[in-house]
Amino acid sequence: MNRSFNKSQTLRYLECSAVEVKSKFGAEFRRFSLDRYKPGKFEDFYKLILHIHHIANLEVMIGYADVHGDLLPINNDDNFFKAVSSAHPLLRVFIQRQDEVDYSNFGTNTLSRKKKALVTLRNDNLRRRPHINISMPHDFRPVSSIIDVDILPETHRRVRLYRHGCEKPLGFYIRDGTSVRVTPHGLEKVPGIFISRMVPGGLAESTGLLAVNDEVLEVNGIEVAGKTLDQVTDMMIANSHNLIITVKPANQRNNIIRSSRMSGSSGQSTDSTASHHSLPTSHVLQNFHPDEMESDEEADIVIEGGLEPQHIPKLHSLTSSSLSRINGNSLSHRLQRDLVLNNNSGRESNGNIHKLLSSLKTDPRHSLVIPRGGIEEDGTVITL
Amino acid sequence: SPQTKGAGQDPASLAPAASLSSHRATVEHGFPSQPSALAYDPVLRVMAIGTKAGAVKLYGAPGVELTGLHKETATVTQLHFLPGQVGVCGWLLSLLDDNTLHLWEVCQKDGCSHLEETRSFGLPGRPGCSPGITRVTVVLPMSSCAVACLGTEGGAVYFLALPTLVLLEDKTLFPDEILQSVPDEYRCGKALGPVESIQEHPRDSSRLLIGYSRGLVVLWEQSTRVVQHLFLGNQQLESLAWEQSGKSIVSSHSDGGYMVWAVSGAGQKTQQPVMSTIPYGPFPCKAISKILWRTCESGNPFIIFSGGMPRASYGDRHCVSVLQGQTLATLDFTSRVIDFFTVQSPEVAEGGFENPRALVVLVEEELVAIDLQTPGWPTIPAPYLAPLHSSAITCSCHVSNVPLKLWERIISAGEQQSPRLSSAAWPIDGGKNLAQEPTQRGLLLTGHEDGTVRFWDASGVSLKPLYKLGTAGIFQTDCEHNDSLNQAGEEEWPPFRKVGCFDPYSDDPRLGVQKIALCKYTAKMVVAGTAGQVLVMELSDEKSEHAVSVATVDLLQDREGFTWKGHDRLAPRNGPLPFAPGFQPSVLVQCVPPAAVTAVTLHSEWNLVAFGTSHGFGLFDYYRRNPVLASPSRSPCGSRSAASARAGCRARRGSTPACPPPQVQEANAQLAEQAGPPEVEMTPVQRRIEPRSADDSLSGVVRCLYFADTFLRDAAHHGPTMWAGTNSGSVFAYALEVPSQEKFSERAVEAVLGKEIQLMHRAPVVAIAVLDGRGNPLPEPYEVSRDLAKAPDMQGSHSMLISSEEQFKVFTLPKVSAKTKFKLTAHEGCRVRKVALVSLASASSEERLENCLACLTNLGDIHIFTVPSLRPQVHYGCIRKEDISGIASCVFTKHGQGFYLISPSEFERFSLSARNVTEPLCRLEVARLQDTSCLRWDVSQGQGGFAMAASLYPHPIAPAPAITSLCVSFQQQLDGDAEAAASQRYPRPAQPRGTTLPYRQ
Repeated sequence: MNRSFNKSQTLRYLECSAVEVKSKFGAEFRRFSLDRYKPGKFEDFYKLILHIHHIANLEVMIGYADVHGDLLPINNDDNFFKAVSSAHPLLRVFIQRQDEVDYSNFGTNTLSRKKKALVTLRNDNLRRRPHINISMPHDFRPVSSIIDVDILPETHRRVRLYRHGCEKPLGFYIRDGTSVRVTPHGLEKVPGIFISRMVPGGLAESTGLLAVNDEVLEVNGIEVAGKTLDQVTDMMIANSHNLIITVKPANQRNNIIRSSRMSGSSGQSTDSTASHHSLPTSHVLQNFHPDEMESDEEADIVIEGGLEPQHIPKLHSLTSSSLSRINGNSLSHRLQRDLVLNNNSGRESNGNIHKLLSSLKTDPRHSLVIPRGGIEEDGTVITL
Repeated sequence: SPQTKGAGQDPASLAPAASLSSHRATVEHGFPSQPSALAYDPVLRVMAIGTKAGAVKLYGAPGVELTGLHKETATVTQLHFLPGQVGVCGWLLSLLDDNTLHLWEVCQKDGCSHLEETRSFGLPGRPGCSPGITRVTVVLPMSSCAVACLGTEGGAVYFLALPTLVLLEDKTLFPDEILQSVPDEYRCGKALGPVESIQEHPRDSSRLLIGYSRGLVVLWEQSTRVVQHLFLGNQQLESLAWEQSGKSIVSSHSDGGYMVWAVSGAGQKTQQPVMSTIPYGPFPCKAISKILWRTCESGNPFIIFSGGMPRASYGDRHCVSVLQGQTLATLDFTSRVIDFFTVQSPEVAEGGFENPRALVVLVEEELVAIDLQTPGWPTIPAPYLAPLHSSAITCSCHVSNVPLKLWERIISAGEQQSPRLSSAAWPIDGGKNLAQEPTQRGLLLTGHEDGTVRFWDASGVSLKPLYKLGTAGIFQTDCEHNDSLNQAGEEEWPPFRKVGCFDPYSDDPRLGVQKIALCKYTAKMVVAGTAGQVLVMELSDEKSEHAVSVATVDLLQDREGFTWKGHDRLAPRNGPLPFAPGFQPSVLVQCVPPAAVTAVTLHSEWNLVAFGTSHGFGLFDYYRRNPVLASPSRSPCGSRSAASARAGCRARRGSTPACPPPQVQEANAQLAEQAGPPEVEMTPVQRRIEPRSADDSLSGVVRCLYFADTFLRDAAHHGPTMWAGTNSGSVFAYALEVPSQEKFSERAVEAVLGKEIQLMHRAPVVAIAVLDGRGNPLPEPYEVSRDLAKAPDMQGSHSMLISSEEQFKVFTLPKVSAKTKFKLTAHEGCRVRKVALVSLASASSEERLENCLACLTNLGDIHIFTVPSLRPQVHYGCIRKEDISGIASCVFTKHGQGFYLISPSEFERFSLSARNVTEPLCRLEVARLQDTSCLRWDVSQGQGGFAMAASLYPHPIAPAPAITSLCVSFQQQLDGDAEAAASQRYPRPAQPRGTTLPYRQ
């Protein structure tokens, strides 16, 4: 397996501990190896990459596929070391031009107009390395956000829950109830939908943005007035991958106080307005655009046949030209295997499902910057 | 934006398809649920059935149906047509269990008849008495049509002017008045009890026969208020009937006996009946609740009665006995007898003979007509009111545009199956069906719990049974014994005769039919059932005796560690079996595990049948009789143990230090969730918001299967494909290698997995369809080769429409990239239950056809979308959202109609098309107007002319004589009301209640 080609001028390695590296820039592959235990410094690695791809004049961004298939950045010594030491056994490196980097592949980012796909950074990775100085804010994965502060009444709060790649359950319940509204005819009691319960450890609870007895006013921009509890439940579940709930918090003391200077049309809320209360720091304020929501949609997975997945019965020998040279480590194969798992995992492994899903939801061509041809090399086409 | 839609929107903003569509419920097919009252009008020759839900339905000749619904949801306890002698016909009086009377009228509008409620009346209570005593027990509209008699619980008889429903208070007959002429020794200080029966003298309408519960029967002269004859019965009375001549009466009693009494001159008291018998004695018998006496020219009179069965041995039977001389038939029904009547000419034949043609019995679950003029009294098959639920309906399927050839073959098979024993025509034949002859033949197939498939002619207003296919005979079941038991019963006394076909008891639940597919061009059919049986059948005009070849397909492919804990597969009977002309099975495919079949599809051109269960799907070549494909719909690691093992693996494989505590916490939290149902139950109306779990026990259910000739692998070559969609949002697409027609026997069909699509929202895939280059759905097999459809566009790029429970999505083929979508659940909060591609024709021009996607949601609404752009057009409320079985039973036809069960026995038919509407358009000839004036005259002038009027019997459809100007204004008024009511589902009275006079200037 260790067919290593040492093209490195600066790094030394030991035969027995070599890690095969497959580095990809655009449609080009380079293969070389590194020492698993002494990979050296990130700076050297970066230079090496520029050198072997003949792109010395470019600013690039280096990422790698971790054991879960997630694209993680290599931008300091620690994560470089981690990348090499956890290579299993191949280290797949992906290079993007700095100016072409789609940060959304790493984490949600307010600069990108069109966010095609999703978040791949594991938050447990972050947890494991609290001391690491990660330079880019994109490395953080948002869990939730308050959006549209500038256009909503101060008594309302629009909360976006990002469930992509999250192992946590959404973790809340809703109920029927009555709400008191001020109308031209005075106070009126109208039926309403309320948050009835938070699951400890769930996403909703962990954000701190939703609480029991908050009244739900909208789900993804659609008013819930006149809808039954079951309808609202179905709407929330149907939007669960990107749930935006507008609530009237039961506790009105923590409302965001809007600065009067704020321009509602800026399209971008400022951080300054939100900082006075104790929201988790990972919250990013962000306007919500319906278009964005549409494009933000997770894509369905299509797996092309042609090779016979293990769950297809062997009753009939298929005549298809199974040309595929199945590389045991190939991502596509792994994707397929994971898909199978996803379809069938037990309830107990929900966390894992989410983890896997998160990797699958990611468009591989985006997140891994794998050009189509590059994957065809491995015998399977993945389209999304 | 998706919210801005709906029928109330600005029409200009709607796409063209909206103008092609409208929604209305058109007709109810089948048998009314929970009937509670029956009436027959011998002049109009229509019958009326009232139900516990307050509906009134009139039935005449096939196609003649009128429906009305009381405002009150109360049980209709009695229905009475106003006797139609003096041209006052088409009036119907109904009594509800809330003790109100309602007058219904057959109105004409645009040449068609409608049923409308015009007045209602509640009997006022008597001061100082309990309200119970004014409860109406008997209603008798007198033949004069001026007055109706109401007998009450308290024994009083009230008189009500018709049609005004005004109480004639001075005429009320209280029991005290009768008691004055009753001898003291009979009276014994006791009350007479409730009025049980009031019957008008057949020749003299001023004389009333009044029967009281305690047993006293009085012949009372209404005009002079004199008791003419007292019959001092001592047995508790149930009902009374006149002999036609008026010389004798018959009374039936609670002890199961009946008595015949002679009627003679005035002032008489009769202690003893001429004849008294307990027909099913001598042991205690149940009451005879109703008795009729019908004279007959050809011999002895008919005595027809219900009940009276020996209490101990047959107390639970529901019987009507027909006795003529020495001939007795005990008609044995499977459900409670509601009421019965005989059909005879309204004019009594010379010599006073009534000569009943038929006996019509309404039992709780069906209507049975007996031919009384053919020896042996055979049943007359009913052209409507079919008991759809004779065995519970488990699935249904509609086939439009059935070729004439197949239609005739099915009818012929049906006729050979149940040879007609009676030559009599259907006796209830009043009214005229004005609906156009159906332009095409529509076949509705219903699958039943007992393994039968029934074929119904659904082309027109009345749903006619055509043919019944049984599949139970192919299997070894226990039902064989039953026949012998019945045989033994034949010899017993009373002479029971099983009538009717309502038989809700299934021998074996595994026989239940789950899915049906029929190819109308090749007459091939697939019937799939609860125990994983898939029967491939072929229509044959000859009877045959052959063995059915059996194949077993293991959908799980011998998965290890799987044990099936459900029912066994059905054991097929061995050896050649006899089959009657009709659909005969050729191949039986049995799925392993024998879970219920959840999807089935047939491609008769490729000789393939695809079937799916909760475990997987299979493909079978019924020409070569071998399986092509079998695949689990979930892969093996889906089981719980495997998943947790994998989770363990993952934890070990990770090179990082042990599992991070938050994960454990979450796992615990999740476990707590699952283990905490009691907590949830404390707050019942609470819903958990959690995305669909990838694993639940139903995720493997195959929801739809689809064959298409399309582009799966590349854009240059199209070929046969098969698609399977599951409950977990997966779609499997197979490329099929189908040999050409000539080589079927030489080469096997092969299937190769081409694509596997996982919808990320994971909602169950409800339907899959491929659209051709022009956006039209692909035609059915043979449709093109038989010139019945345009050839699909195979040049342009095909697209695929996948409908899940939450959204519709159109993908390109072969690349499978999403083109358009509509997220129904995210926008509306409703979920897709049924979906179909329908073509709607414009009301103005048949040429303009548009393909639309019709979708029924879990809220019972029907949404219509354009195809392939998936733009919402209109939506209509159709079914109550609480009516889950109604929503589950809905089937759409290709041309924009649909059916759903409104009760176990009734299909509601609805139309989404502005053009293609099947509804009853009929006319009952009612003459009325000239009589409203004469009625009032009658009321005010007394009854002088009644006897004469009764004997006149003008022809019922005689044209109405000159209409006075008064009447014209009345008529117009009614028409206006009718118009107002016509927009509603059921006609409702638009007139204010309590109007005392029919005239309004």
